[in-house]
Parts: sequence; structure tokens; C-alpha cells
Amino acid sequence: MNWFRDYLLPRGAASHAGEVDGLFMFIIYLTIFFFFFNGGLIFYAVRRWRRRSAGETTPHITHDTRLELVWSVIPLMVVMLIFFWGFKGYVKAWVPPNDSIEIVVTGKKWVWQFEYPDGTRTLNDLHVPVNKPVKLVMHSEDVIHSFFVPGFRLKRDVIPGRYTELWFTATQPGKQQVFCTEYCGKGHSDMLATIYVDTPEQYEVFLREGDEQVRKMPLKELGKLVYENKGCATCHSIDGTRGQGPSFKGIWGHTVKGADGKDYEVEANYIRQSILSPQAVVVQGFEPIMPTFQGLLREREIQGVIEYIKSLQ
Amino acid sequence: MTTATHTGHAGDGNSKFLQHHFREMGQQFEAAKLGMWLFLVTEVLLFGGLFVGYGIMHARHPEAFMAAHHHLDKVMGAVNTVVLLISSFTMVLAVWAAQTSRRTLCILFLILTLLCAGVFLVVKYFEYSHKFHDGLLPGKYYTHQGDTVPGQFMFFSFYFMMTGLHGIHVLIGMIAILWILVRAIRGDFSSQYYSPVDITGLYWHLVDLIWIYVFPLMYLIS
Amino acid sequence: MAETISTHGAAGAAPHLDYLEDPKGLWSWLTTVDHKRIGLMYMWSVLFFFLVGGLLALLIRLELLTPKQTIMTAEQYNRLFTLHGAVMVFLVIIPAIPAALGNFALPLLLGAKDVAFPKLNLASLYIFWIGAVMAVSTLLLGGVDTGWTFYTPYSTSTGGGVSLMVLAAFVLGFSSIFTGVNFIATIHTLRAPKMGWFEMPLFAWGMYSTAVIQILATPVLGITLLLLVMERVLGVGIFDAQLGGDPVLFQHFFWFYSHPAVYIMILPAMAVISEVIPTFSKKTIFGYKAIAFSSVTIALLGFLVWAHHMFVAGMSLFAGAIFSFLTFFIAIPSAIKVFNWIATMWRGSISLEAPMLYAINFLLIFTIGGLTGLFLASLSTDVHLHDTYFVVSHFHYVMAGSNLTAFLAGMHYWWPKMFGRMYNSRLAAIGCGLVFVGFNATFLPQFVIGSRGMPRRYYNYLPQFQDLHVASTVGSWILAAGLFLTAAYLLASLRGPKTAPANPWGGRTLEWEANSPPITHNFEGQPVLQHGPYDYRANPAPVGVEDAH
Repeated sequence: MNWFRDYLLPRGAASHAGEVDGLFMFIIYLTIFFFFFNGGLIFYAVRRWRRRSAGETTPHITHDTRLELVWSVIPLMVVMLIFFWGFKGYVKAWVPPNDSIEIVVTGKKWVWQFEYPDGTRTLNDLHVPVNKPVKLVMHSEDVIHSFFVPGFRLKRDVIPGRYTELWFTATQPGKQQVFCTEYCGKGHSDMLATIYVDTPEQYEVFLREGDEQVRKMPLKELGKLVYENKGCATCHSIDGTRGQGPSFKGIWGHTVKGADGKDYEVEANYIRQSILSPQAVVVQGFEPIMPTFQGLLREREIQGVIEYIKSLQ
Repeated sequence: MTTATHTGHAGDGNSKFLQHHFREMGQQFEAAKLGMWLFLVTEVLLFGGLFVGYGIMHARHPEAFMAAHHHLDKVMGAVNTVVLLISSFTMVLAVWAAQTSRRTLCILFLILTLLCAGVFLVVKYFEYSHKFHDGLLPGKYYTHQGDTVPGQFMFFSFYFMMTGLHGIHVLIGMIAILWILVRAIRGDFSSQYYSPVDITGLYWHLVDLIWIYVFPLMYLIS
Repeated sequence: MAETISTHGAAGAAPHLDYLEDPKGLWSWLTTVDHKRIGLMYMWSVLFFFLVGGLLALLIRLELLTPKQTIMTAEQYNRLFTLHGAVMVFLVIIPAIPAALGNFALPLLLGAKDVAFPKLNLASLYIFWIGAVMAVSTLLLGGVDTGWTFYTPYSTSTGGGVSLMVLAAFVLGFSSIFTGVNFIATIHTLRAPKMGWFEMPLFAWGMYSTAVIQILATPVLGITLLLLVMERVLGVGIFDAQLGGDPVLFQHFFWFYSHPAVYIMILPAMAVISEVIPTFSKKTIFGYKAIAFSSVTIALLGFLVWAHHMFVAGMSLFAGAIFSFLTFFIAIPSAIKVFNWIATMWRGSISLEAPMLYAINFLLIFTIGGLTGLFLASLSTDVHLHDTYFVVSHFHYVMAGSNLTAFLAGMHYWWPKMFGRMYNSRLAAIGCGLVFVGFNATFLPQFVIGSRGMPRRYYNYLPQFQDLHVASTVGSWILAAGLFLTAAYLLASLRGPKTAPANPWGGRTLEWEANSPPITHNFEGQPVLQHGPYDYRANPAPVGVEDAH
């Protein structure tokens, strides 16, 4: 009867989906059984005891305690079974293992944003490794949303002002559809995301080089993205105003004076060094306050920043 | 065939106030009383929702609620509590007077009850205008300056919703009592028929009772 | 069921005019305190709004024929399904059986002349109209796009006529409370002489249970909606996370009413079915007390299960377990009722008139609706199915399918009593069949759409769901055809002469002792109970005291 399950449910792709499916199919068969059982009884009664003459009399049966006990107790036992079965599955999906990869999910009208432990952010695309527990820590920036992965049989509301959690271990490499299931306005039905369940190798590549979107992005745009998302913008302006650090505008190819009194030309190696070991050269008149981005930026992202600065003439 | 008769035609000892679909006055009185009790249940639940909301928000922001309640005037609150208690007492006496066919006394006690209700609203008016003056207003209209504890607007949101809803009930109660007063002057009530006085009294006691809960919740946070 | 004591002597006296014509004129209807007239005006109002809500549903189904835009934009779609939900819940399903059929039938069934507070009853109708006008006039303010559940913070941040719609629901709550107060007082004080609690028709038990919920739950909804309006107008902060409030608190408040309200929608349906099945099986009801107590049980248990709407809203494991556990208990009284009804038919003398066909229709649809509830009560499966089309389909089976078929059963059952006319029973059978086929064709596919993962309230959907949406939309046309046919033959019957006998179905409850249509004061004199409500024995033993003297 697997075809019937596969007709009704998307393919289960997370570790606990099997148990949910088992219970789901049990109640499906129960529903079908009782529908035909009740329907059969009604059909039989109508055929057998259809009124044939107006004067027919019927037996005066007011109740039958034994019979009524039977049809109270049997349903009670069945629903208690379903309760415990459902409770068991719920508990399993409740507490995430300690070694889960923690990803922060932000819902806002009408996009999903994911932030990985290394600070990488993606929009509407979530990469997770197969067979590794993943914990999503979710919150909303505006109204209530709900994060639903049918293939994982998982759903949890994403609420402003508090964190909700969801964890899973994906068991099948491939794509999973994510829906928003709490009505959130005009774009509700387009608030979709895709989970890419990667093989360990694919996930390595993703961690190293970013997702496909980032990999295919022109360097300059990537650099702009890094500038906006990784905190550069807090201190470095792009319009020439002086901030905590020098502005990026028009510095490419020019010479700056370091705190040590020497002149440095702003070119690729200089920028690279400034990102990875910022204290090596500090421009005169600025405090040595910039943190290192060693390990936080990918090689291609550094190249992107260089290209971006180059473009700010 | 069993024959059976019933009592309850106008003219066989029942008052002219017997409505056509009741068999006798006792039945009509019972129905009216039950109806009023059911209505009071809905009122309790209506306020109950507010009380629960207040309780939850109080538990979340105890400091803000504590600080905010000092802006309330305990003396005025206490005066109003006493005034309402007296009005409940005069209402009881009005019911008693109606029940024992003492028309003049009934009128007197109803007027006293009305006066108490009026005093309550006047005191409330002074309290409100003081709050308005200080910008102690609900939600986004809260403009009070110099708070040391943030979030006090929430307390005043509840203060105005609860006392406001209660005030509306006092007003409705006054209208009902006024109507009863007119009927009492007209001489409608006697030991045969006094259920309107009785059920209006029930309503008035509820209005009083709600205040008995609002007062300590709002004015006497400890 | 009774001997009526005529105060006017027997034959020869001038016949009383029926309530439809005594007195005549629109003004006499608008100022009437007669429960039958009020019931009829409620019925026509409910039917009108059923037409409105139904047309909205057809538009929704048409839009969902294709992914992306079919006939309207996303904004229009969101306003449409909100209005559909609000109209159907507040203006159709909740008042349909209690306020329309209940008002008409309850006093007759109890052998009373009217409800306990006739003026309050009329006030309830006017308040209903005011609320209805308010709800519909939100369209002038640009509509409401929150869904009928008004979840915060969406409902506090979106524009349009949300406040007016919410106030409309608040006002409608009063109409519901007034009806509830009236019914409880009526059942307590106006039962016919010698009619004990267990000699009452089961319809009265159903109305009583419904009224208990109306009285206990509606005020909580009222205050919740007021708080929502206050949140919008004053920014009081209780539901706003940024101001220190809690948006999920609204859901608790809302479902504390709205879950019991689900039983406001199903208990009256069960009440009607409990009348129809014995009459057309010509057999006493099986397990009277079990059915009566199960209604009361459902009414009370209904207050303990509200949070099962929130299993995925971040509540604790323990709370989830408790609410799931309690929810399962509510399945039992429903199951008991279904088996009792089937047992009533067993060895009966079954006549398949239109009301009985609709009752069978109800039994089948309610079986599906009830059993699919098990998926949603169970924690792990609910996580998957919550807020998908599975839920949409489930609650349509219970709230729309079961309630609607029971309403139609009741309408067909009491139609001769209401208007003194019979309708075409062959067309009625065809209409009933179309409704059954159409309803299932519309909503069965939605179970699968949901279990495959499509969320509800989706304007746009993935192409893989389209086949089943097409099936569902076609089903909606069949359902509409059945309902239009029903409307046609029922309206046509009103043109005929008043030839319906007093007791066309051979019922044994008191309303069949009155004329069809009854006189203004229902009975000529006071009916006195002679036997139980479903006693079909040739010489039934009298109940209660033997003689009223």
C-alpha cells in the first residue's frame, strides 16, 4: 500500500518522518474503515427496513447499556492509542541533539533569511548537510509567519518578539520546499524557500564558497553584498564622509599615509592585508580599532571587496 | 384521553403585568430572574477577560505596574468604593420596599441609589481629568514625563479600559434604575409584582461587585 | 403527543388565522415578538447571507482554478476569503440552526406559546441586522484582509476596515448571547406541564447545550475583540511584542471563544438530526440519555481544548500534550451520537423523505469530518497538517457540510409547519444528491492537497497542486447547482395553497399538534404531555403524573 501513502504525502525526507507517516496512514485506514462501516450499516438499515406501509409498527427499544458501552469504550481505546502515538512522535521532534548545526532564521514580509554559524547569510535558500541534525532558531521581524517543510513533516510558527525552534535531520539529499503557513498578507503564498539538502562534499563547497547564487554573482556585486552585510558599512562610508575608518570612496590607486609615517598605495594586496590583519597598517588619524576578518570572509568575497572598492571612484 | 387544565389566564388572580406566554406570575418571575443571572454570567466573563489580560501583563511588567499605580488617588478610589457599597445597600432596601408594597420608601431608596451612582461618576470625572492633565493616558497617547520605570502606559491602558467599561455599566445601571423609578412613581410595583426592581437590583450589585475587584487590582498593588 | 385543551370548543368555531397572516403587513413583521416570525426573519436573513458567502466561495474556487492570477489580484483574493469566512461563520453558521430553526421550533417543541423574553428575541434580530450591515460595509472601507481569525500582529498592522469588522463581530456576539439567554430561560420555565427534563425532545437538549456555550464563550470573544480594537486605536500594547505584549496571547483569547464556537455550529446540527431520524424511522430514539448527556459533555469539554489550534505556535510540550489528550475525549460523545442514530434506524420503518435523506447525508459527512479531526488532535500529524488545506477541508466537513446538511434537514422537516406547504419531494431528493456529490467533490480533493503540503490562504500555488484544485472547483459548481435547485423548489412551493397537514411526517413531538402553519399563540390552549417525545407504540404509557388536577 505504499502507493497510497505516496499519493497522499510527499516523500518523507527527515529522520522522524516515518513515524508521522505511520500514524497518518493508520488514521487514514481508520477513517476509511469507519466511513464504510457506518455507511454500510446505514445502507443496510435503509434497504432492510424501508417503510412499506403506513401502518408499520416498530419495536420500542429505548437503549442497550452493554451495546452503548461497547461503542463508547472501543473508540476511547482507539483515540488513546492515537494520542500516545502522536505524542511520541511530537516528543521526538522536540529536543534537538547537542551537536546540531544552529541556523538563525528570520521571517519578514515576504522572505526567509538564513544565517549560518560562520556569519554567512542566504535569502530563501537554506543549505543543510544530509544526516546531520540541524536546529533552526527562528523569529519574525514583523507579523507571525510559520516555517513549514512538508517533506520533513515539520512546522513551527515564527513569531515577533520571541524565538521558536525547530530541528531535523534530513535523510535524503535533494531539494525540499518550504512554505509560509501563517497568513501574512499579500505575498503570503509567495513566501517560499528551498532547502538544499547537500551531500557532505556539496556542503563543504557551500561553506567554502557560498551558495550557487553567491558563486555566480559578479565580483563587484558580491563585494557590495559583503560591504553591506558584514559590517564594513558601520565604519567605512562610500560617499567620502569620514567615519570610524577612512571612506572607501576614491581611494583605489591613491596613496595613503600610515600611522608609521610611510606611504602605502591602495591596491589589491594592501586591501587584502587590511581585511585580514588590520593592525599591520593603520591610516594616520584613525584609531587601530578594526577587528580581523580572518576566517569570516571567503577568498572570493575578499576579491569582491577589492573589486567593489575599485569601482568607487 | 386524559384531560388536564392549567392555571394562568389573566384575571384569575394574576397581575395585569403577566405576559401572555406565561401561565402565572411565579413562572414569569422565575424566568426573568434566571435570564438576569445568565446575563450576569456573561458580564462576569466579559470583565473576566480583561482581568486575565491585566493579570498576565502585570506578571510580565511588575515594576511598571507598581510604579504606575502610584499615580492613582487611593482616597478617591476608596471614596468611590464606599459610595458604591452604600448604593448597593440602598438598592437592597428599594427591593425590600417594593416587595412589601411600600411605594414611597421604594422611590426614596431608588433616588438614593441614583444619587450614589451620580457621586461615583463625579468622582470618576475628577480622577479622569487629572489623568488627562498629566498625560497618563492609554497606549500611544501616554505622554507623562519623568518616568523612572518604562512601560507604564500599559497599566493605564488597562486602567482606562477597565474603569471605562465599568463606568459604562454604571451609566447603563443608572438608566435602568431611572426607568424603575418612573415605574415606581407610576405605582406599578407591589408584593404581587416587583421583578423589574429585583433584577435591576441584581444588575446593580454586579456593577458594584466588579468595582470591588477593580479597586484593589488598580489602586492597591503591593 | 398531547391533547390540546381547546378553550373555544371543538367544531364550528371560527378558525384562527395562522401566524403568517395574523396580523398582516410589513410593519407587523418588523415589530413582531412572535418567535415564529422572528425565526423566519432570521432564516431569510441567514439564507441571504448564505447566498452572499456562497457566491464568494464560488469566486474563490474560480480563482484557484489556476496558479497565479485567474480572475483577481492577491489583495482582492485575501479580502474575499476573509469576507467569505466572516460572513459564513458569524452570519450563517452560528445563527443558522439556533436563531432561525431554533427560534421557530423550540417553543413549539416545548408546548410553549413563545420564548421567555420575546422582546429580547426581537432585539437579538435587530442587533444581528446591525452587525451584518457593519460587517458588509467594511467593503466600503477597502475590505478586510486578515482572515476571519484576526490574528495579531497582522490585524493590528494592516489597513482597511478591520476595526469595523471586529466591532461587527462584537455586536453579533450580543445577538448570540440574547438568543442563548432566551433559550435557557425558555427551557427552564416554559416546558409544557408534565414535561420533565428527560421528556424534552432532544432538540431542546441540543439548544440548551448550544446556549450554554453562547453564554460562556461569547463574552470572552467580545472582550478579545474589544482589546483588538483598542490595540488598533490606542496602541494599548497587550498584543504587541514591541510594546511588551504578546501576539500569541490573542490566539489564546480568540480560541477560548472560537473553539467552543465550533460546537455552537455542530451541536444544533446534532439536535436537528436527533429529531429527524426517529420521525422517519418511526421508532423511538436509541439512547436518549446518552445523546442528551453527550451534548452537554461536548459543550463543557469544548472549553478545555482551545489550544489545540496552537500546537505549532510555540507552546510547551506539556501544554501540547494536555490539550491533545483532552481533545481526543471530545471525539467520544460525537461517536456515541452517531452510533445511537444508526441504532435508531435499526429495525425501524424508514421513510426516505427529503429531511431523512439530508440526515443520512449528515451522518456520512459528519463521519468523515469527525474522523479527520483525529489527524489534527494528534500532535505529530497535526504538526504536518496544521494550516494546510487538510484543515480547510476538515472544518468545512464539520462546519459547512454537517451544519449545512443538518440545517437543510431541519428546514425540509419544518417547512410544512412554517409555511403550511409541501415541496416537490422528487426535486428535493435530486437536490440532496447533488449537494452530497458536490460537497464531497469539492472538499475530498482538498484533504489530499493539504496532506501533500499546500498551506491554506494561498493565492498562488505550485503547479503540482493544480489537478486537485480543478477537481475541487468543478465540485463547487455541482454543489452550487444542488443548492440553487433546492432554493428553486422551496421558493416555488410557497406559491401553492396551504395544504400541508398538521403532522405530515407522523412526528410525535408537540409541534405536530399545532396547525400547519400554527396560530400566533401556537396552540389552542395549553398542550399537556401524554407520552415521551419519540414514543411510537400504539398505546403509549403516559409519562409524569397521571392527571394534572
